[in-house]
Amino acid sequence: MGTHDTSRRRFLIGSTSGISAVWIRLQWPAILAAQEHARRAGEQGRSMAFEFFTLEQAREIEAMTAQIIPSDDAPGAREAHAVYFIDRALVTFERDKQRSYTRGLEDLHRKTLELFPRVQRFSELGSEDQVRLLRAIENSDFFEIVRVHTIMGFLSNPEYGGNSDQMGWKLIGFEESHSHEPPFGYYDAEYKKPSGDPT
Amino acid sequence: MVKFETKTAVDFTVIGGGGAGSVVAKELSTAGFRVVVLEQGPYLHEDSFRHDELKFRDWYDPPFIGQETLTNVHALQPNTFRKDETQKAELAPMIIYGRCVGGGTVHFTANYWRFHEIDFVERTRWGPISGAALSDWPITYAELEPYYAKAEEDLGVSGQAGASPFDPPRSKPYPLPPLPIKSSGVLFERGARKLGWHPFPAPMAILSQPYRGRPKCQHCGYCEWFGCEWRAKSSALATVIPMAESSGRCEIRANSYARRISTDKRGLVNGVLYFDAQKREQFQRTKAVVLCANGAETPRLLLLSESEQFPQGLANSSGMVGKHLMVDLSSAAFGTFEHPLNEYKGVQVSRVLHDFYDSDPKRGFFGGGGLDGRFDFYPMGFALNALPPDTPRWGEGFKQSLRRNFNRTMMVLSHTTALPVPSNSISLDPEVKDAWGLPAVRVTYKCHPDDFQNLNFFRDRALELVEAAGAVKTWAPPVEDTTNAVHLLGTCRMGDDPRASVVDKYHRAHDVPNLFIVDGSSFVTSGRNQPTCTIQALAYRAADNMARMAKQGAIPASV
Repeated sequence: MGTHDTSRRRFLIGSTSGISAVWIRLQWPAILAAQEHARRAGEQGRSMAFEFFTLEQAREIEAMTAQIIPSDDAPGAREAHAVYFIDRALVTFERDKQRSYTRGLEDLHRKTLELFPRVQRFSELGSEDQVRLLRAIENSDFFEIVRVHTIMGFLSNPEYGGNSDQMGWKLIGFEESHSHEPPFGYYDAEYKKPSGDPT
Repeated sequence: MVKFETKTAVDFTVIGGGGAGSVVAKELSTAGFRVVVLEQGPYLHEDSFRHDELKFRDWYDPPFIGQETLTNVHALQPNTFRKDETQKAELAPMIIYGRCVGGGTVHFTANYWRFHEIDFVERTRWGPISGAALSDWPITYAELEPYYAKAEEDLGVSGQAGASPFDPPRSKPYPLPPLPIKSSGVLFERGARKLGWHPFPAPMAILSQPYRGRPKCQHCGYCEWFGCEWRAKSSALATVIPMAESSGRCEIRANSYARRISTDKRGLVNGVLYFDAQKREQFQRTKAVVLCANGAETPRLLLLSESEQFPQGLANSSGMVGKHLMVDLSSAAFGTFEHPLNEYKGVQVSRVLHDFYDSDPKRGFFGGGGLDGRFDFYPMGFALNALPPDTPRWGEGFKQSLRRNFNRTMMVLSHTTALPVPSNSISLDPEVKDAWGLPAVRVTYKCHPDDFQNLNFFRDRALELVEAAGAVKTWAPPVEDTTNAVHLLGTCRMGDDPRASVVDKYHRAHDVPNLFIVDGSSFVTSGRNQPTCTIQALAYRAADNMARMAKQGAIPASV
């Protein structure tokens, strides 16, 4: 068990009022085992080798993801490693989308040559030209699949290879935890019970 | 744990270990009977309930990924769907139900309020409705009330008695006080009071305080679609299943997929044929069967159990098996607010209102319902499905909207009536088979015109409410025909007339004296949806009567 788990355990025990010590002793091994599994899977997810894409294909897809959720003052899909999520998905639970990607990448190449005859690759275009090209294909099935996968790669659990360092979650203000304490937000923090209401 | 041999008849075989079947198993086994529960899904425990949206959330919209960990797996058990009987049904992932020990109560949101007195007598109050088979229930609210109280106490429900002026009478307060109010609840209350309505703390089957050895809710936010790793959600898995097992007379047999209920020459049930985990056929002998497989799988199994003696399917001399399907209908309005709500924390719903529960002839159509303030979304689902409609689908504008709105959005969701339409049904698909070679579920469903009017009425009220709450931006998706079916109700309706119903008021099949059917299929009308509380109250009542009848020797057995 790593230090991460130990500190998490201490934090949780300290913040879980209403749970009997006996219950925690009985339950914690199971919950910690699940967390350990997620952590190991997450480490594997940081392996930088692609399993489905060639390096060249990965560059093209990464460039697409970086236009779908761009980087500005905060990280975007590129920094969150959405392309690694997609690569892993395509050899695991999204295997049946492999052909969509292979064909979609061929179409992307054709479209790039059609609109920008001097350039070989989508990823070599300047940002404005990339946007122009994506506008031309944004209603295609391929674009929609990449869009959905990019969002998933930005916001799914890091163990799937994307959402690196929880960048996606941090951007939207989502904090993953087994336990939160009320008040949760601005309005319940300032809540005054209606008169005569005992709750 | 006790194990029973298949060749020796047990007293009761319960098919389906969900919200209803688990209650029946607990009640019958603790009353002294030997019970086997056949559950088609796995027996999961808290250590497999992880915070993993990709794995646990059922992705029917859009249908890109369905890992379907707690629910039925469409790749193995396909459905077909058509809007009416003139169409050919096409493959579609329509029905969603819990497929594990504990059933839908493992992943449900845990809204747990009782039906009102009016729900049981609407035909008398309203009269006939063209295109619908609106009927009274053969039981009243008063007859069910002690079992509502029993369910709330046995399982652990949080709420505040008397907080809603429209609540039906109750013999006992809730065993636990309400859960903490969320920002969505505060805003819901603000808007509702401005409009003169009566919001109240949501009754939830989630513990606000420690209860019977289980801890209170830790507000992690992963209720809807997820299993609770804390056992604070009062699922059947966390409550009645362990009680049943500790009786020493109940075997929970998971990964056991019933394919046929077998009958003898006298027309009595004598066993259940099922596939075990290795897809081998097994035959459990039994003195009686309690069918609790849900409003889709229950009628399907009866139809699959046709025989020379029961050519239309078991218990189907009325032709009513599979008819009158009613599903969860809802409409919604969204609002974004100036300050963070952080709705991802805590249970989904903290305030409800029932000002429009009853039908009102002045509205010009039949229907009623309620509204609740909630946030149904986890990060991915929010980004894909819940951003304001003017948000670009990608690029800078998309990112800005996502960043701004995840913690500032809430919705007001309605839960409304679905009329019992005879042609809305569950039947066997003539062509498509499941992975075990059995005919697939075919769903035929089209909303009654009054249901549409009602949904639009509630959509307008929801929008009024978020506006009155002070939202900076509001929107409400248009009302459309449903593309999925959850809360499967009505397909083996209860009634006094054997020609017009499948089970009697004690849930005994009119045609088969040692077959009982208890789940959402027993419903005569939909109520205002959120049916789990009523399904479980019915299960407590049915089990009570089964135990009484069995002790009196009033359930004939085949041996």
